[in-house]
Amino acid sequence: MSIDSEHDTGPDTDEVGTRDEHGLTDKGYVIIALLLGVMTAAEVALSYLELPGWFFMTALLSLMVIKFLTVVSFFMHLKFDNKLFSWLFYTGVSLAVFVYVVALFTFEFFDAG
Amino acid sequence: MADIATPASQPDTTASIALSDDPDIHGMVADHDDHGHGDHGHATSTGLSNNKLGMWMFLGSECLLFGGLISTYMLYRGRHEGSPTPNQLYNIPLTSISSFVLLMSSLTMVLAVSSAKREDHRNTNTWLTATALLGATFVGAQVFEFTEFYQEGLGFTTNLFGSSFYALTGFHGVHVSVGIIMLMAVVGMLTRSKVPGNKAEVVEMVGLYWHFVDIVWIIIFTLVYLIPA
Repeated sequence: MSIDSEHDTGPDTDEVGTRDEHGLTDKGYVIIALLLGVMTAAEVALSYLELPGWFFMTALLSLMVIKFLTVVSFFMHLKFDNKLFSWLFYTGVSLAVFVYVVALFTFEFFDAG
Repeated sequence: MADIATPASQPDTTASIALSDDPDIHGMVADHDDHGHGDHGHATSTGLSNNKLGMWMFLGSECLLFGGLISTYMLYRGRHEGSPTPNQLYNIPLTSISSFVLLMSSLTMVLAVSSAKREDHRNTNTWLTATALLGATFVGAQVFEFTEFYQEGLGFTTNLFGSSFYALTGFHGVHVSVGIIMLMAVVGMLTRSKVPGNKAEVVEMVGLYWHFVDIVWIIIFTLVYLIPA
């Protein structure tokens, strides 16, 4: 359904289905969803293991951030979309993280451990 | 921009075709492609879809709402006087399954958007309905969880932990429920061909909202359920 042929860079179909213009193929989305499922399973597994606190927190938070960025980049198409959308969204995310980390510091949340 | 070639079945792009010969207006006419350009052929000051721009601004502002709720929970999760502790209450296997269900609903949603862009309305409706069903399963699991917690002595006003927990997860549940209503509304409108303008963009807007609900749960699941209080 492309209207602007300038962006038509490849075939519209693959072995699984039609390519989502400027995004991934349906097969690509399924693979990403499976990876997200595996990462969720890894998170749950980590929570049942007796691991050093710093390793547990680092691994869990890293997996959380990777899952977040994967959904935003591929499922929400920010990786392929106009950069202005990325700016709008990540400005909101950054502002929220900054404001509430400062608030948590103010309430000595991190000191309490 | 290359010459615009549009199917005859898309009358909403005629304005774009008419304007595209004018070099002064050319740069302002929406491209109507999947990069967020396009506003049904109407010129916008940015060259981007205003609907999409508005949706991303809304989602950016929602980060602040959920940021406030999450940080409030983090502050008060230790204040559980008079009720079982979070670690005693949480049913990690159940929440893990419901988290997986919500993740898979993001897959069905993105497949619905992909189908809508191909103008495959039958598959679009199928994937949208599947997304709504998966979302309903998630909400059902949340209602079950809330009922269990209440029976074990954790009410909304029992203590600060209960208030902040129910406020955070309840707000998220309401967002999922609103998403389900939006999904079913779009399915109904697509079935009756009552969707105004660009159908694919309407599905994409609902999709952005749905994926946002998913990423918020990714954070809640880790910070609330998996990290011990």
